[in-house]
Amino acid sequence: MNLVDLTIADARRMLQQGETTAVELLEAVVDRASLTEADLHAYLTIDHDGAARAARQADERRAAGDDDPLLGIPVAVKDNMTTIGVPTTASSKVLDGYLPPYDATVVKRLKAAGAVIVGKTNLDEFAMGSSTENSAYGPTRNPYDSSRVPGGSSGGSAAAVAAGSALGSYGSDTGGSIRQPAAFCGLVGMKPTYGLVSRYGLIAFASSLDQIGPFGRTVDDAALLLDAVSGHDPRDATSYSGETPKVADADGGAGGLRVGVVRELSSQGIDDSVADAFSRTVDRLSDAGANVVEVSVPAADLALSAYYLIAPAECSANLARFDGVRYGLRVEGDTVESMMSATRSDGFGPEVTRRVLLGTYALSAGYYDAFYGQAQRVRTMIIREFESAYGRADVLVSPTTPTTAFEFGAKTADPLSMYMSDVCTIPSNLAGHPSASVPIGVDEQGLPIGFQIMAPALEERLLFRVMRAVEAVAEPVPRPTFAEVAT
Amino acid sequence: MPIDIDIAHVAQLARIALGPDEEELYRSQLGVILDHAARVQAADTDGVPPTAHPLPMVNAFREDIVRPGLSHSDALHQAPDAHDGYFRVPPALDVE
Amino acid sequence: MTWEPVIGIEVHVELQTDSKMFCGCAVDFSAPPNTNVCPVCLGLPGALPVPNRRAIEWITKIGMALDCQISTRSQFHRKNYFYADQPKNYQISQFDVPVCHDGVLEVESEGVTASVRINRAHMEEDTGKSIHVGGDGRIHAATATLLDFNRAGVPLVEIVSEPDIRTPSQARVYAQTLRALVASLGVSDAKLEEGSIRFDANVSVRPAGSTELGTKVEIKNMNSFRSLEKAVDYEIRRQSEVLESGETLVQETRHWDEAAGVTHGMRTKEGSSDYRYFPEPDLLPLEVDEAWQREIRSSLPELPSARRSRYESLGLDRETAGVLVASDDAMVAWFEAALDHGADPKLSANWLTGEVVAYLRRESREAGDLPLTGSHLAELAAMVEDGKLSSTAAKDALQGVLAGEGRPAEVAAARDLLQISDASALEKAVDAAIEAEPDSFERLRSGEDKLMGFFVGQVMRASGGKADPKIVTAILRQRLTE
Ligand SMILES: [Mg+2]
Ligand SMILES: [Zn+2]
Repeated sequence: MNLVDLTIADARRMLQQGETTAVELLEAVVDRASLTEADLHAYLTIDHDGAARAARQADERRAAGDDDPLLGIPVAVKDNMTTIGVPTTASSKVLDGYLPPYDATVVKRLKAAGAVIVGKTNLDEFAMGSSTENSAYGPTRNPYDSSRVPGGSSGGSAAAVAAGSALGSYGSDTGGSIRQPAAFCGLVGMKPTYGLVSRYGLIAFASSLDQIGPFGRTVDDAALLLDAVSGHDPRDATSYSGETPKVADADGGAGGLRVGVVRELSSQGIDDSVADAFSRTVDRLSDAGANVVEVSVPAADLALSAYYLIAPAECSANLARFDGVRYGLRVEGDTVESMMSATRSDGFGPEVTRRVLLGTYALSAGYYDAFYGQAQRVRTMIIREFESAYGRADVLVSPTTPTTAFEFGAKTADPLSMYMSDVCTIPSNLAGHPSASVPIGVDEQGLPIGFQIMAPALEERLLFRVMRAVEAVAEPVPRPTFAEVAT
Repeated sequence: MPIDIDIAHVAQLARIALGPDEEELYRSQLGVILDHAARVQAADTDGVPPTAHPLPMVNAFREDIVRPGLSHSDALHQAPDAHDGYFRVPPALDVE
Repeated sequence: MTWEPVIGIEVHVELQTDSKMFCGCAVDFSAPPNTNVCPVCLGLPGALPVPNRRAIEWITKIGMALDCQISTRSQFHRKNYFYADQPKNYQISQFDVPVCHDGVLEVESEGVTASVRINRAHMEEDTGKSIHVGGDGRIHAATATLLDFNRAGVPLVEIVSEPDIRTPSQARVYAQTLRALVASLGVSDAKLEEGSIRFDANVSVRPAGSTELGTKVEIKNMNSFRSLEKAVDYEIRRQSEVLESGETLVQETRHWDEAAGVTHGMRTKEGSSDYRYFPEPDLLPLEVDEAWQREIRSSLPELPSARRSRYESLGLDRETAGVLVASDDAMVAWFEAALDHGADPKLSANWLTGEVVAYLRRESREAGDLPLTGSHLAELAAMVEDGKLSSTAAKDALQGVLAGEGRPAEVAAARDLLQISDASALEKAVDAAIEAEPDSFERLRSGEDKLMGFFVGQVMRASGGKADPKIVTAILRQRLTE
């Protein structure tokens, strides 16, 4: 067995028993990257020197008796999290070559835990997209079928873990950007409760929706990855300051749990193969002792519309700082105003431009109440309906995505059809609740299918318990295969 | 509802230079998205307060303590143009 | 037609906290450019703001001092506009729910006391500084702009009055009163010259008797109380003339040109003031609950209005008390220290508002640089009370103290100002005067009382002005009975 196919939990056992080293693990994933990157393009930057140094230090720490769960584990980080001295672009031309002077809190915690950060992964520019086609540096391809997208916006982080060029990774999820690519790439992907993981150093897309979360090949791996970075951060005012729910040991099976199938997210517009796999899994959960009920969250129908007002509005302000003054791209102009306009016109791709314009419009004089204000009231309705649904069910479930991975270009011409691929995942972001996608099998083309589980705020332990129960009953999802290059 | 968007004004507010073709493209695309988004307007939200933050928390503060920031060279390191310890930009048209 | 001016004033006060509003950078205006900056106040990608607790306490103090309602719950908003010295291209400010609202400030000018209502006081952050270079210093011909972000993110309190001000002098006194109030709270050094307090005025005029508001013009760039008064006065006249000539006014922002004594319209792009406010998603709502409000209220120092009443109760006339309260912090500090040392309040207040102010102006010196102390003032007052110094000699001695010649007693001795109060010496002088004018003394004895002054004067002249007239008079009365 190739080291790159190990789960983090297994790699950790081998490290503990001296059967491998952090340096070997890093070499294995870097070798895999050299095999797959030309095709997949999961990474924007592989930090060879930094990773090699971190791997050596991890081995030294282990020799000194340290046994942090992620010590020596090669992980990848989405390129919208800042890393000292390592290019951080958020896949935008406006940040081409940008070298941050500070580490994001998540990156700092990973370094402190002894994880080996292999590199920075590709994404839709500023995390705006559902396919990673919106990267200024070219798309990422799906390891299961390179004619298809890996999902997005955290497509690079998903593809790297699926391909074996990292054992685990981190993405950010604003409307489904972890769960949707996890579903498309056969991985466990998890969006924590808003505020559980610090956003300090995460290049903001929509601040009230963004959350960083893990990708793993198993629920256990996702749990280790989450526990390593969760917890209060005084640098993020929206960070949750209560006790952090740690999930590594959250187990207990599905027995006696009330599992609510959300009607609005599970019926209309879902492909047959996805819908069938979903209901087979629900049945198995029932067989395993879960109490399956159907619940209705009528406002979920409005979630997509509310999201496409709130997220662009916030992004229009968040991206205002990219102006050619202090860092990043500058396109010269006679006046500072023309310099800024030219820089932003050149620096932003079409999807980012579209959303900045949309958000600017939705906030502008005379439209605020009709658009942004009303979207925030709908957000309240969604939260209230979820709360009442949690009175009838412990967790809520739905398919993660209406379809399996689609082909390149299938949705690029019609922004609205692209937005629709997040229809099931968006409500959790609006509510701020934790939510995850667990792979439950493949369609007739061998493409992975994801099962979404949602839980009330801060009920991460409950969520992981159900994730493990789903994983236990899921149909197998084979690892993608790659032709070995003759050496 | 048909939405008439003054795209040039919006682009000016957002400080993004658009050519005529781009203006037309974005105007029509925004119209389609807003038509869909306008569904929120049909929702009966009488008496429903807006939500700005998903979790009902208040008051995260820092104490009034000075902490070291960036060194002068780190601060200016990524500047497209710097002069004499300052960031430098072309002259302003709007002067305040 | 008679035109009635309607004036409102917006004040920006920089708080002198140790660190900035949303990051740990030092608030220090003397530092070289771009040395007090960090990812947060430079607006680097990924950085997040965390509010300074003390700034929230201080704006609450300001609100309480202005008799404002304090919002139990308020919220930060983003105010969106592009400007090169604004790192994020939005300012974190407040919009519909400021920390403080609906207050009042009493303003006394030209014998009239008016209540100016305060609309709101809200918390926000300052911008960086732009230096326009080239073009011989003329802004419009500048060839580049240099940016320093040391000031970016400094806590700023914006205080907005209702349009209750009616005269240029009232506008000036409002500003002075507000400055004194803020200074008394110890939350800002509130120096106009350094821009730590800044005033903008909204001016319109309307036909006398009308209740409608005319077209409003915002005037900026006044850097002294006098220029605020002059700019408002100029703008009232300009607007009245425009309307008088049958033309209409445009709503605009105008710049005060101190040298020319006029306001100029500023070049601003149309529609650029659509600020697209929305709740700041990076910050939680602020909750200043009753308990916290009580704690803040209990830490309030004596406010200028209360201080003025106290000074009046010590015997100061209303005007002197007012001048003292509104003057430099050092004046109040001297006065309070003098009181602590048991000085006579009226004497001390008159010296401070008279001799000391005149000295500072004449010598162009800062109050903080003078060697004067409260105990000096108390010593001086005691010497007057004890008859050791005449009131004229006391002023002379004070000049010496201000010039650094030593304590009042030392100066009085060195400058030979002490009164002769030694009875035996004075008796000799009195007897000599009687001997020289025996006829006059007989007339005084027979009831010609006005001659008393003549004899006192003779003794004073003979002593070179240093005899204590009270003792001289007493000795003369003694001689009359002998
Ligand atoms: Mg302001
Ligand atoms: Zn700072």
